[in-house]
Amino acid sequence: MVRLIAFLVGLFFSGMLLLGLGDTVITAIKEPAVPSVEAEFHEEPLPVTFAHDGPLGKYDRGQLQRGLKVYSEVCAACHSLKLVAFRDFAALGYSEEQVKALAKAWKTEVPSINPETGEPATRPAIPADKIPSPFANEVAARAANNNALPPDLSLITKAREGGPAYVYSLLLGYRDQAGYKNEDGKELLKEFPEAATPAGLHFNPWFANLNIAMAAPIVSDDQVTYDDGTKATKAQMAEDVSAFLTWAAEPKMENRKSAGWAALGFLLVFTVLAWMSYKTIWADKKH
Amino acid sequence: MSFPWAQEYKPQGTVSKWVDERLPLPRLVYNAVGAGYPVPRNLNYFWNFGVLAGVALVIQIVTGIVLAMHYYASVDGAFNSVEHIMRDVNSGWFVRYAHMNGASFFFIVVYIHIFRGLFYGSYKAPREMIWLLGVTIFLLMMATAFMGYVLPWGQMSFWGAQVITGFFSAIPLVGEPLRQLLLGGFAPDQAALNRFFSLHYLLPFVIAGVIILHIWALHIPGSSNPTGVSVKSEQDTVPFHPYYTAKDGFGLGIFLIFFVAVTFFAPNMLGHPDNYIPANPLSTPAHIVPEWYFLPFYAILKAFTVDFGIPFTGIILIPAKLMGVLAMFGSILLLFFLPWLDTSPVRSGHYRPLFRKFFWYGLIPCIVILTYCGGKPPYTQWVVLSQIAAAYYFAHFLIILPIVSRIERPLPLPNSITEAVTGKPLPAAA
Repeated sequence: MVRLIAFLVGLFFSGMLLLGLGDTVITAIKEPAVPSVEAEFHEEPLPVTFAHDGPLGKYDRGQLQRGLKVYSEVCAACHSLKLVAFRDFAALGYSEEQVKALAKAWKTEVPSINPETGEPATRPAIPADKIPSPFANEVAARAANNNALPPDLSLITKAREGGPAYVYSLLLGYRDQAGYKNEDGKELLKEFPEAATPAGLHFNPWFANLNIAMAAPIVSDDQVTYDDGTKATKAQMAEDVSAFLTWAAEPKMENRKSAGWAALGFLLVFTVLAWMSYKTIWADKKH
Repeated sequence: MSFPWAQEYKPQGTVSKWVDERLPLPRLVYNAVGAGYPVPRNLNYFWNFGVLAGVALVIQIVTGIVLAMHYYASVDGAFNSVEHIMRDVNSGWFVRYAHMNGASFFFIVVYIHIFRGLFYGSYKAPREMIWLLGVTIFLLMMATAFMGYVLPWGQMSFWGAQVITGFFSAIPLVGEPLRQLLLGGFAPDQAALNRFFSLHYLLPFVIAGVIILHIWALHIPGSSNPTGVSVKSEQDTVPFHPYYTAKDGFGLGIFLIFFVAVTFFAPNMLGHPDNYIPANPLSTPAHIVPEWYFLPFYAILKAFTVDFGIPFTGIILIPAKLMGVLAMFGSILLLFFLPWLDTSPVRSGHYRPLFRKFFWYGLIPCIVILTYCGGKPPYTQWVVLSQIAAAYYFAHFLIILPIVSRIERPLPLPNSITEAVTGKPLPAAA
């Protein structure tokens, strides 16, 4: 009985799947799928390497400091970094005094209340504060940005496929859409005339749907003046801020990697000893 | 239970004797995983994975309890509380990454454990009850893992919850009210998050309870072995301790090396970037995909594309969506009937030439294809592949296996485990 019912159920499910298979194939022949403009013109992240790549990689403190400068002078005008506190900047190699000064000098102040009247007010940031957001709320952010919402950047390198390479590519990826061709030599506007970038958006083939609300943030060399004398080329700034945002998303990466090596070393010894006792105990038993 | 030659627990000191007379817990442990449990001497490394699954559960419970001390089950605070754990709690990043990857590794070892059972016929008499309890554990694990994935309240958490609870709305008539009852609202929200957290904390202990039954049931007939031949004499067995405790210790070391390598050096490899975006009910991700361990079932769900009805009348009896849901649950529930579908008296796939062919060239490739296609967007090529693979999956268990058991001529079995070990070698696997 069990086998008879099973046979019928199996016949039903497999039969419906094969019917579905026929249906899928017929549909595919009748109405072949049209390649989408995203499938043809969306680009994979550019190749870029960082000091923190790989299981031995460590953050380049100088680069993180330069990246912070790019963030604070360029990105912070629109993008929040809500999960990072000023005190965390000590990990970038700043002293306690420098962190205090950084917090105090931050362009946006921290929402507070007037201690005398209780009215809403703002005060300068202290190291314990999280980085203040440039807009008071989502409505204000959208109102100032043509109804687009600049995402918080605290986790951006973990929240996008490709991570830091994605951020780097996106920052450098703005192109002129007129006459734009992909590697196969196909011209976008000839293949997909209806895909012209709408007004208020900007063409960027590294963005998922090719049209991004953010205008190119890094527009010229020396847009930021680095304190360590590094030449601030566009690529340099994009690389530095991508490294900084990787740190913002994963501040414990160095602890994680060094703990990983210690754990692996311990386990290697443990496993060798376990293997030796296994062999010793089984020495007299054929198995 | 067990074999007459099993060693007996003999308490040595006064204290152990005193305890043994009042609560013989050490005796229980001795007979369960000590020298008092005789085990076939010829187990291969596939037999390590039961113990490893137990270790994985302990890792999940220990890390989970610590996470729950810092987690905050609130739609406004859950996402940030997880980030608080990652950034500000001492070694919180380790506990969280271990828990996150521990779930994946729990499924990896359980899948290998199930594979072992399927190939070596561990589900056959007299071990049906062990198998039934095992499938129950698997279902409980899936429920626990799903609810755990919702807790960080990221985009995939939210939309995964939306999709999975949506399965219930496929049930005719009562579907939508039932879904709202389960969620405590029209969409996943605070009520759903709270109850998911509560159940996510509860279910692991239910799993632990069913594991005790699983091991109890195992100790009635004793462990199976790669030849599938029953234990006949004392020569066929060795005491669990020290023989298999030593071997499991080595297996544990290897398992932990893989686990640590992923947890510390590629902790987000098995996850999805979208879950680092806070849940937003107003913005649907481009592709909603479950965690990798659910992908084969997700592929089966999506493979049903035509309604079942009376031809030429337009009357639909079972819509495609409902059929997909039924098939997805059916693909697991059919495992409950496996001991009665595979009627061959030979347990081990080693001695079943026809079974082995369908197993290696049919079932395993189909499961791999389903896992791969489950994570792909619904383009024609992936739908076609998953439809073929899913059709074979059902046919394999429900049609092919009963027929194969009937017509197959098994290879000659060794007379005993000892003969298989010391005499002629096992026939090579296909």
